[in-house]
Amino acid sequence: MGIIEVQNEIVEEFSLFEDWMQRYEYMIELGKSIELIDPSNKIDSNLIKGCQSKLWLHAELKKDKLIFKADSEAIITKGIAAVLLRVFSNQTPKNIIEAKLEFIDKIGLKEHLSPTRANGLLSMIKQIKYYALAFNKN
Amino acid sequence: MAFNVNKIREDFPILKRKVNGYPLVYFDNAATSQKPTKVIDSIVDYYENYNSNIHRGVHSISQEATDAYEDARKKIQKHFNVKESKEIILTSGTTHSINLVANGFTKLLNKDDEILISELEHHSNIVPWQMMCEKNGAKIKVIPLTNKGELNYDSFLNLLSKKTKLVFVNHVSNALGTINPIKSIISKAHEFGAAVLIDGAQASSHIKADLQELNVDFYTTSAHKLCGPTGIGMLFGKKEWLNKMPPYQGGGEMISEVTFEKTTYADLPHKFEAGTPNIVGAIGFGMALDYLNNIGFDNIESYELELLNYATNKLKEITGFKIYGEAKNKTSVISFNVGELHSYDIGTILDKFGIAVRTGQHCAQPVMDYFGISGTVRASFSFYNTKEEIDYFCKSLERAVAMLS
Repeated sequence: MGIIEVQNEIVEEFSLFEDWMQRYEYMIELGKSIELIDPSNKIDSNLIKGCQSKLWLHAELKKDKLIFKADSEAIITKGIAAVLLRVFSNQTPKNIIEAKLEFIDKIGLKEHLSPTRANGLLSMIKQIKYYALAFNKN
Repeated sequence: MAFNVNKIREDFPILKRKVNGYPLVYFDNAATSQKPTKVIDSIVDYYENYNSNIHRGVHSISQEATDAYEDARKKIQKHFNVKESKEIILTSGTTHSINLVANGFTKLLNKDDEILISELEHHSNIVPWQMMCEKNGAKIKVIPLTNKGELNYDSFLNLLSKKTKLVFVNHVSNALGTINPIKSIISKAHEFGAAVLIDGAQASSHIKADLQELNVDFYTTSAHKLCGPTGIGMLFGKKEWLNKMPPYQGGGEMISEVTFEKTTYADLPHKFEAGTPNIVGAIGFGMALDYLNNIGFDNIESYELELLNYATNKLKEITGFKIYGEAKNKTSVISFNVGELHSYDIGTILDKFGIAVRTGQHCAQPVMDYFGISGTVRASFSFYNTKEEIDYFCKSLERAVAMLS
């Protein structure tokens, strides 16, 4: 599935919820089901800066696709990471670089994108794009 | 004056607003306090009616502004029972005040000297001293904590020696709310000839400190913690000390005579107030003290203690609730975690319910390290908070825990 299709799918899922509480409960569920990063990759160099809870992100290239894995001490941050990984993981670097992220606004998570929020969502997206740029050159 | 919280709440316009669709419940008072209309009006009044630069103007509104600024200094002097108004330096706040003293002591200390700092300190109380020690080689010794979140007084006594030149302790811990026994710390330190600086930032909204009675050498606070504006605070220093210290910044107002060969400095307090000061801030600071004194610190203290006990008892009923800092004497601050949940998660959900709390390390990493935790949720109550808000907070916290578990 391409990045746009995944985004549309997520927007559709979130549109079923009536209020913020249901949206957050779903995100927390996603956080619990995230495919965790290998403990050996939970190292400081994989930490995302600007986050009040520790948030790790690991990337590796398999064939022509980038596989991301993440973990966080905070479950909401983990849920946000899970949503982002669903969009970006298992995509080609080129597609990741070109991807536009309109879905975040549509699923009511825009508040988490402010650079002053201490959850690292924005930094995480940046880091994902950096990885894509780095692997695209290779 | 009888204490009526509902009447007091009318003084604070912000308490009427909603956040995320819910009435705002503001429990982040240890970070900054809300401002009453009287303070807000004093700021508007200054800009609308007598905004002018102070001290050197010969015209009328400059004189009015100068009087208002110096009146504010006198209000601060009176509030803290300071002997002379020139011992009150108006600064941008506690951090500025501490840096001013640290800078002043750079040349007064050498590599054989020691300074004692408590493990309870806010980062702003640690870093300036580390910077000073890099320059003069003096050594920092740390007064450890007990598991109740109190200072280990016996360790403090053991650390004191003839080498001790300075002791730095906060009056109240920002992370835990512990009230430190500063009176005995000051007198013990003086027995060894050490000077004492007390950071009163977290204390001033709860406790009226009598600085002559305490016989402290330096005391500092920030106005925004006590219903005043941001960007203004004060440093009290005994004039013997202030006279010994060199100026912190060069500029206008702090000079007496200037030639290219030599400048002579102005007298206290102006020697430490370079440049155009925060005039309107000082006026707001003075008004905030008037406001609080009108309510009465006895009333504030007893009502806040009532809120603290009420909240502590209620919160302890929540499964997995763990409180950090159970000092016998503490202000209305509750630092806690619930089970294994991360403070960030709890804070995020509480915000969705319109409740403002602080999460994380509270600029006090050593305190968090002591307890071996990455952070806490901190709810801090003020005299304008209510038991109904605490009920709503407890209910919302339980919902947050259920969602996150």
